[in-house]
Amino acid sequence: MKSTEYNYDIVRSFVNWSVLWGLVAVLVGVIVSFQMVDPRLNFPPYLTFGRLRPIHTNAGIYGWGVGVIFATFIYMVQRLCRTPLWSPKLARFQLWFFNATIIASAVTLLMGYTTSKEYHEMEWPIDVMVVILWVVFALNIIMTIIKRREEHMYISLWYMMASLVGVAILYLVNAAAVPVSLFKSYSAFAGTNDANVHWWFGHNAVAMALTAPPLAMFYYFLPKSTGVPIYSHRLSIIAFWSLLFMYLWTGAHHLLWTPVPDWIQTLAMGFSVMLIAPSWGSVINGYLSMNGQWHQMRENYLVKYLILGITFYGLQTIQGPMQAIRTFSAFIHYTDWVPAHIHMGTMGWVSMICFASIYYLVPRIYGKKLFSIPLANLQFWLILVGQLTWSFSLWIAGVLQAGMWTAMNPDGSLTYTFMETMVEMYPYWWIRSIGGLIYFVGVVVFIYNLVMTVRHGEIASTEAAAEGRA
Amino acid sequence: MWEKKPILLLLLATAAILVGTIITVVLPFAWVNTEADRIETVTPYTALQQEGRDIYIREGCNNCHTQTVRPLVAEVLRYGDYSKSGEFVYDRPFLWGSKRTGPDLARLGGKYPDAWHYKHMASPRAMVPKTNMPDYGWLSANQLDPTMIKRKMDVLGFPYTSDELYSLADKNEMDALVAYMQKLGSDIPWRNAAATTIVGNLKNPYADSDHSTLEEWEPLYEENCEACHGEHFEGDIGPELDGASMEDTELFEIIYNGVPDNGMPPFAGLGADKVWQVVTFVKYYNQGEDH
Repeated sequence: MKSTEYNYDIVRSFVNWSVLWGLVAVLVGVIVSFQMVDPRLNFPPYLTFGRLRPIHTNAGIYGWGVGVIFATFIYMVQRLCRTPLWSPKLARFQLWFFNATIIASAVTLLMGYTTSKEYHEMEWPIDVMVVILWVVFALNIIMTIIKRREEHMYISLWYMMASLVGVAILYLVNAAAVPVSLFKSYSAFAGTNDANVHWWFGHNAVAMALTAPPLAMFYYFLPKSTGVPIYSHRLSIIAFWSLLFMYLWTGAHHLLWTPVPDWIQTLAMGFSVMLIAPSWGSVINGYLSMNGQWHQMRENYLVKYLILGITFYGLQTIQGPMQAIRTFSAFIHYTDWVPAHIHMGTMGWVSMICFASIYYLVPRIYGKKLFSIPLANLQFWLILVGQLTWSFSLWIAGVLQAGMWTAMNPDGSLTYTFMETMVEMYPYWWIRSIGGLIYFVGVVVFIYNLVMTVRHGEIASTEAAAEGRA
Repeated sequence: MWEKKPILLLLLATAAILVGTIITVVLPFAWVNTEADRIETVTPYTALQQEGRDIYIREGCNNCHTQTVRPLVAEVLRYGDYSKSGEFVYDRPFLWGSKRTGPDLARLGGKYPDAWHYKHMASPRAMVPKTNMPDYGWLSANQLDPTMIKRKMDVLGFPYTSDELYSLADKNEMDALVAYMQKLGSDIPWRNAAATTIVGNLKNPYADSDHSTLEEWEPLYEENCEACHGEHFEGDIGPELDGASMEDTELFEIIYNGVPDNGMPPFAGLGADKVWQVVTFVKYYNQGEDH
């Protein structure tokens, strides 16, 4: 079947917009990080840390993350099913509705219309928009799968479908609220129940939006980039089903030592540790797929991104379960260690995979050779160094902070006041901001490279572009 | 087989997702927020407090402040009694947070007098010089909207009176936020239970310190006392300090245990040693070089 029948127009649009929202997410992140070191950078009422930080996180998750999910899923589903997209019109609607949703989110969050629930701050009218968006998207993907011309469904399709149902269930339940007005609602759940429902959502949004989709991309783009298949099909089956089953039990590890019933906390702790197995199932499957191909780490920038990405996934899924253990959580929770952990996942694992996927896609969907591989390599080092600077500074800060919070004098009193511990954070927060800036420069290089590819890239047929790895 | 049947795969995936969900998320509704964890003294928010809570949400205070004290030694010492499930039954949404860029606020109610909060919100750095908290003085310029607040109270099903709503027209957002701050964690009488009892005879170990030693303790005064009692003991939110008129032991008890009814917080958290240093500084610093 000729690739010309595939619908690449819509993939292009989603790539372009998601990259723009990604830039916004990183830029706002850098701004709020400077607000933390100097409060004079807050400009009330709109531009304060309290209102901007949700814009950073939601632009990252829904603008960049979900935007790339839309782009890559629509590309992968057509290739893996050997059939054009079920409804290009619906996809076009989805694109504009997606952008409308992101813009509406940003504006309402700036105005202070927020539910306060982390990663789900948008008020109920935007929840309705997100639900419509997801239903339209899921319908298009599932219908394309149903009318596929390739009987066997590849691993990536499993993860895609799991993500489609998972996100739907999580988002709907956690959005339950009673509206007071167009811009204000109260949660349908109260207190401890609300906390438990919310962190079931919070943690599994990470599973269904920021783990399953990047794994779908990894399982597709790694073999495509290296030219050799995934090492073990059986391992990927075990990893898939056990990941899907175990993730949902673990939300309460965000609530250790809170009034949430102990047995829920204990289950969350146990399942979090068990999750190491399916997570590392995918990591090891990725590594073993590189047997005899490790030289490609040197020759093929795509492989470098993908393998570093899956490595950060491996580190993330060791560190996460460690934090989910009561004793360690008692020490580290609520400190700056936690954002360091999250940013290894988002800047390291998820974004590395997204960058690789887009680098793979752009030459093929535009029919042009990548403008500059050296620039792609430069970006790799910028985002790697930026992210490591970011995370290491706050890991150190978090341990210091935790140590000072718990330090006690021989007479049983606390050694430090809260302000004494906060003052110690400032140097680390500065280093973090510098890390963020380096990462931001990396993203700018990325966008420059893409723009130059589209504008001035050497024209090539998609087949030839596909050969143009090196 | 499921690898060739998309609908089957979707159903199996849904089932896999629902098992953990039902056990850890649906099932707990049978225990949480039932009679079992109800606390008699916990009351719904008043109209003013609830509006303050909504302002707290609007400004994203939960991005930097948590509202749950864990049952850990250092945490209970720093913030107060650990949080109980029954204290949160009227919280929609919960505001436990996930990051303490600033301190936990679950037990803030009654810790400081209202005047402290007004001054601190207007300019946090005037009270706590090195804090990174933004200024919220602008909230004082925004009047409350009783009509909207009535709708909110109706949706929440919280009791209110028409007089209460009527009085809101004269209040601003800062009044509401401070009222909310003072409600936090104060429904259960934990302060009485947590009050320390001083046993044995008190004796100031630093009574004979010379003036240069006293100067070393000035930062302690600056960090903990100056915001309310002034740079030169002249008083502001708290009274003027005339240390000489009190016994060392009397001063120690006031600083260590606080005087909650007068808005003086306890400083037992500093430890007896540092409290004695503050006592000595307050009492003798102004008495000049001779001491």
